[in-house]
Amino acid sequence: MKKKHSRIVLAALCLVSSIALTACSGDKKNETKTEGNNSETNISQQEPTDGGTVVVGIQQDIDSLDPHKAVAAGTSEILFNIYEGLVKPDQEGNLTDAVASKHEISTDGKTYTFTLRDGIKFHDGKLVTVDDIVYSVKRSAGLLDKEDSSIVVKSALQNISEVKATDDKTVQVSLKTPDTELLGYMTFAIIPAGYEKCDTAPIGTGPFKFVSYTAGQNIVVEKNNEYWGKKAYLDKVTFKVVPKAETAMNELAAGSIDIYPYLTVDQAAQLEKQFNIQVGNMNLVQALFLNNAAKPFDNQKVREAICYAIDRQAVLDLVAGGKGTIIGSGVFSGFTKYFNEDLVSYYNKDTQKAKALLAEAGYPNGFEFTITVPSNYQYHVDTAQILVDQLSEIGVTAKIKTVEWAAWLSDTYSAREYEATVVGLDAKLAGSDLLSRYVSTANNNFINFNNKEYDEIFAKAVATTNDEEKVTYYKQLQKILTENAASAYIADPPLMVALNKKLGGYTFYPVYVQDMASVYFTK
Amino acid sequence: MKKYTATQKIGLALVLMIVGVTLVGLFYTPYDPNKMNGLSKNMAPCLEHPFGTDNFGRDILSRVMDGAKTTFIIASATVLIGAVVGTIIGAITGYFGGVVDECLMRFNDVVASIPSILLALLVVSILGVGKYKIIVALGIIFIPSFARVTRSEFVAQRQLDYVKNARLMGASHLRIIFLHIMPNTLPILLPSLAIGFNNAVLAEASMSYLGLGVQPPDPSLGRMLSDAQSFLMTAPWYCLAPGFTIILTVLGFSLLVER
Repeated sequence: MKKKHSRIVLAALCLVSSIALTACSGDKKNETKTEGNNSETNISQQEPTDGGTVVVGIQQDIDSLDPHKAVAAGTSEILFNIYEGLVKPDQEGNLTDAVASKHEISTDGKTYTFTLRDGIKFHDGKLVTVDDIVYSVKRSAGLLDKEDSSIVVKSALQNISEVKATDDKTVQVSLKTPDTELLGYMTFAIIPAGYEKCDTAPIGTGPFKFVSYTAGQNIVVEKNNEYWGKKAYLDKVTFKVVPKAETAMNELAAGSIDIYPYLTVDQAAQLEKQFNIQVGNMNLVQALFLNNAAKPFDNQKVREAICYAIDRQAVLDLVAGGKGTIIGSGVFSGFTKYFNEDLVSYYNKDTQKAKALLAEAGYPNGFEFTITVPSNYQYHVDTAQILVDQLSEIGVTAKIKTVEWAAWLSDTYSAREYEATVVGLDAKLAGSDLLSRYVSTANNNFINFNNKEYDEIFAKAVATTNDEEKVTYYKQLQKILTENAASAYIADPPLMVALNKKLGGYTFYPVYVQDMASVYFTK
Repeated sequence: MKKYTATQKIGLALVLMIVGVTLVGLFYTPYDPNKMNGLSKNMAPCLEHPFGTDNFGRDILSRVMDGAKTTFIIASATVLIGAVVGTIIGAITGYFGGVVDECLMRFNDVVASIPSILLALLVVSILGVGKYKIIVALGIIFIPSFARVTRSEFVAQRQLDYVKNARLMGASHLRIIFLHIMPNTLPILLPSLAIGFNNAVLAEASMSYLGLGVQPPDPSLGRMLSDAQSFLMTAPWYCLAPGFTIILTVLGFSLLVER
């Protein structure tokens, strides 16, 4: 008996070692990396056809079907297909009229006037009225008589003081203080007045109608044949929740998912034979955010030293296959209008200078600190690992602490109990959105940036109605952030999407949107 | 009985090999296990990097050596906590019986009835994540099994004549427990130590795999497996090195204690 046993074990060992050997020899060809992003040109030549169903893989379940209660970016990018606001973003980042057919902003920046689009209908067939608009604005701005604490009121919308319908076509929104950029927030959904079942049976005006939602599984939408604008090509779209990237890869390989956004470089390389890989921008400001109120980062010299120690291109090379756009301040490059290009090369890697700055600041032998990273974002965790390596060159020892997303939000973001963190910030289509958080009194100023000049210029920037002035102010603000080394800004990461080869028309937006209305099957 | 069987010899060889490599890793690794190199990303095994490199261009062999060290330290400490506390509980309950037995063993049952990963998550949420904090978490999980094994042995032994004899000669309870009975439980205890060690290696791997154990960039076998997961297709050698190290370790210890 014993002998037999040992023979089996021996055989198993042999088998194991032979697997190992074949694995070693068979993969040389993988070293050559090809870029699979040149597919756009041949797609646009193919003709779109109507009909068909598509399955889109999404990484997290949606947090609410009620558009005024949902907070996750992953939710709003899906709800974009069901709901529309008075205005909505287009792929170039402009705001175009949606439920409103016309909008006007008074020169003092205190009154917004919207004209209702003729004949626009909700998914249940009812015409949209000014009452619906007034109700939706009030609900999003927290102005309803009956308060609902689960509605998330964006701080910019708290500025709205009054909403009224002046006639059956026109709605006037009045503000407490002038804000010329509120239009970027007017993308919140218009829902039927008094409708309470948005979180179970959503009704909107978008190009797709809601069909069903199974928590943790999927959300299904179908084509809205009465859509006011350009109707969708596809008949049905299923957003399938696939939380694990590995599962998603298997499903893609098996063909049960047609579109999968947010691929890593290696996943893209793996899929490029079977799928079209399209590359866009994430529209994030990714940075090593430094808590300006925590030692030693309360010392500007230390922050500058950190900036000089980081090789941003090397970060992109390692985590993003060299794709992505380097940034130098608090605005990402997709915001072409406001993006201050001059700052991109303000801090170039200079180990000597970084060491000298550290010595001046009183840390000639470096120091130790902790980088808190949300563990669900592998991209940021990877970036942090590279930063640890780069910082060690100037004698600074960084330790990584991975935390759950919820813990990150409560302890790092809200309570500001951290030294440094790697994360990406997204934005609405308003220049102020990314920059307002550095105002010393802002409640989302999680890096505790405190600069008088900044506060003054920001106030001027928001108040002015002159677009040119506004742009100049915003570029100045970015310069202050960079000169003060508010944080070590890294890059806008690349966004890679796997697309079934039969599909075309996928478009990238400068905000979080998965626009399925533009997607079609080619002949 | 004293002579090693063929399987035990293979097990011994495997264990010695793994332990040897790990010991070397304490003092020497071919490269700095955390040093990144953008020029040598995802390299297949070759002469400079016998196990290849990972997605940051780090040498996998060096990381396996360093990671095995971390994993084994955690596993040994875990088993140590589990075995010492578990044995004491088992000895006391098994020897005295009665109310103490009932109370301690029911508590033991409660701990054992909670799924181990869940219990570890609970401990981690109180202590926070970290290399050495999961030792405590895993250690607690390992107590019940050791307590059970020891207890049943003590229950059997305490009725034997040599115990009664020692009692009549006036030996104290402590003396009987630790000097008379304990040595006789060793044949049972040693294999469960080895099995426990195996389980601890796997437990560390799964905890780090879940991101609760060793923090990046420090390697551990589980951590490496978790990272390698997304490169299964493009760089399969990445998961093979830590994977085989775990397989061979567990196999080695299992064979060694097999009778």
